[in-house]
Amino acid sequence: MNETAHIEHRDYATAKLGMWLFLFTEILLFGGMFLVYAEYRQLNTADFHEAGREMNVFLGAANTVILLTSSLTMALAISAIKKGMKIRSLLFQAATVLLGLGFLVNKYFEWSDHIRKGLYPDSPVLLAMSHGKILFFGLYYVMTGIHALHVIIGLSVIVFMFALTLRGNISDTDYVKLENTGLFWHIVDIIWIYLFPLFYLIL
Amino acid sequence: MEASFYHAKTRYPGIFGWIFTTDHKRVGLLYLFSSLSFFAVGVSLGLTMRLELIRSGMHFYSAQTYNAIFTLHGVIMIFLFIIPGIPSSLGNFIMPLQIGARDVAFPKINILSWWLFIMGGAIAVTSLFTGGGPPDTGWTFYVPYSIRTGTNISLAVFGVFLIGLSSTLTGMNFLTTIHRLRAPGMTWKRMTLFTWSIYATSWIQLLATPVLAITLLLLIIERNFGVGFFDPAKGGDPILFEHMFWIYSHPAVYIMILPAMGTVTDIIPVFTRRNIFGYSFIAASSLAIAFVGYLVWGHHMFTSGMSDTARIIFSLLTFIVAVPSGVKVFNWIASLYKGSIRMNAPLLYTLAFIFLFSIGGLTGLVQGALATAVHVHGTYFVVGHFHYVMFGGAGFGFFAGLHYWFPKITGKLYEEHLAKLACFFLFIGFNMLYFSMFVLGWEGMPRRYYDYLPKFNGPNLVATIGSWILAMGLIIMFYNLVHSLFAGNEAGDNPWEAASLEWQTTSPPPVENFAVQPVVTKGPYEFR
Repeated sequence: MNETAHIEHRDYATAKLGMWLFLFTEILLFGGMFLVYAEYRQLNTADFHEAGREMNVFLGAANTVILLTSSLTMALAISAIKKGMKIRSLLFQAATVLLGLGFLVNKYFEWSDHIRKGLYPDSPVLLAMSHGKILFFGLYYVMTGIHALHVIIGLSVIVFMFALTLRGNISDTDYVKLENTGLFWHIVDIIWIYLFPLFYLIL
Repeated sequence: MEASFYHAKTRYPGIFGWIFTTDHKRVGLLYLFSSLSFFAVGVSLGLTMRLELIRSGMHFYSAQTYNAIFTLHGVIMIFLFIIPGIPSSLGNFIMPLQIGARDVAFPKINILSWWLFIMGGAIAVTSLFTGGGPPDTGWTFYVPYSIRTGTNISLAVFGVFLIGLSSTLTGMNFLTTIHRLRAPGMTWKRMTLFTWSIYATSWIQLLATPVLAITLLLLIIERNFGVGFFDPAKGGDPILFEHMFWIYSHPAVYIMILPAMGTVTDIIPVFTRRNIFGYSFIAASSLAIAFVGYLVWGHHMFTSGMSDTARIIFSLLTFIVAVPSGVKVFNWIASLYKGSIRMNAPLLYTLAFIFLFSIGGLTGLVQGALATAVHVHGTYFVVGHFHYVMFGGAGFGFFAGLHYWFPKITGKLYEEHLAKLACFFLFIGFNMLYFSMFVLGWEGMPRRYYDYLPKFNGPNLVATIGSWILAMGLIIMFYNLVHSLFAGNEAGDNPWEAASLEWQTTSPPPVENFAVQPVVTKGPYEFR
């Protein structure tokens, strides 16, 4: 008996359970940052309020719409493959990737606009401001930055899934990989749903 | 009969058959070998520290070197030895056997965990020789010093980050394995208490480690981009770092001790030939420790600056978390009562474990009580306490398990007399070394200093001599194990006549553990 002859140990429920457990860890990872946000907002409410006016609500709202739509296309890609509609699933996966890229492009313009104004960590402009504003922008860059990193990881995984679907490894009989990718993509989406009001709206 | 997994043909030849393996037994041994190597480094560093502290005014190396060495000793022992020590090595090897599984749920993620672990370890070690010199902050990386120091913190912290990721993935893997891959008939109440402890540990690994990951990530970002989260000059709050650090690092001490508790719980029935006393209570106490262990982190910060209300609540919760540990100790003692005891080395190490862990636990209460905590905080009392719990507890539990499962893993028997002799040296040396620290701490000797007042000379000398006896015990123990690996007597499949499932297959087991799918009909400790 050799290792290549391993019997497949996994089954659908096991793969899903593992993914859900992994999602807990993502929530806790961001939970740490939400904790930092909560404390500093509590200590610097007025500063956070003022710093929030620097945010471009239009771009933020656009990104929210883009990301929510991408979650929809992801869900549609999964239900398509379940019904055996490979081409449709591939199209929806491609749409998800395009929307995700759109989100990142938007993010790029948003960040570069702030950086042009001199609002970036440790910048002279920012250091001249009050403590609350320094922290607000610190949190803004770190939280949306780590979120954007998750978007990039998610997109890479979807591209990989696209290839697997194309090759027929993901099909109407074995689609748990795509479903788990969808779960990851949704958690990225959900975290953004909290980030958006915290940085753009409730100020 | 199938050949053991050592002789099975692997996809890649030689050492690559190990590095690219997906067999949980091979992964477990990779962890065992690597964490024991790190342990050897950690012990050597500890010995040089004791040498430095042999008497006041005596200096073998500079204060800065001393700072680097105690930091490294802590980082290696905690992140590279004790945390992966039992769960990732023995847990990986034994747990799937105990539940009758062919492997863990995600074998590829399992080997990925080891790669991350070894990469993290390598990066942490690299940080010593590159950048601004070895880290000198202590294993806790407290801000603001860890932001200001010019030493190579970022790289070391990134190493620990990877090790944390590895630990999280292992937790996820084991939880899924225990939920999904139990053999037919293996109900929750027929699982061994070792598996129960691994289950509780995995929850902690899964739910606490991400908090450490983000804390360390924020520290790296802080150092490189100056965002100001932990820098008071920019409005940041260093105490927040301590909170976030201990939200992980207190549960982490239960990651270290719970599997050791599970190990000795498995050993006691086998060597007393009777069922464990209070099975459900021991299983439940593991979960209770895992849960309450989340809520007590503030007791590391009684002198850091918290409101009195917070301190009183944390103190109360600290007393509550001692209760399930007490439940376990009483159940172990009750299981020994009227048993027909065979005093083999695993049981001897277990008894040492119970004794040392009890001292460690009770001195923990001294620090859990606010009034006395303020007195002993930051002294050698704390150092004594956590070495009793971590080394006397987790370490001795690990050694007990190493001897108990040695025939399972290797198919050989270790030399019994030598094992007992080693245990004797370890026990004497251990108590000389660390009990002296209680005395020193109570008299007010601060921890982490590289020199001290002449009035502390006596106990320090005793401690240093103790460290040599302890080292001798370790040398005898590992000599015995390594020698027996090559020259030991054949053990047979079940030399201890244990009833749990891992002993019902051949020793060492074949690649997929059981020649026929086992069906479980009785509890793990029913000998008749």
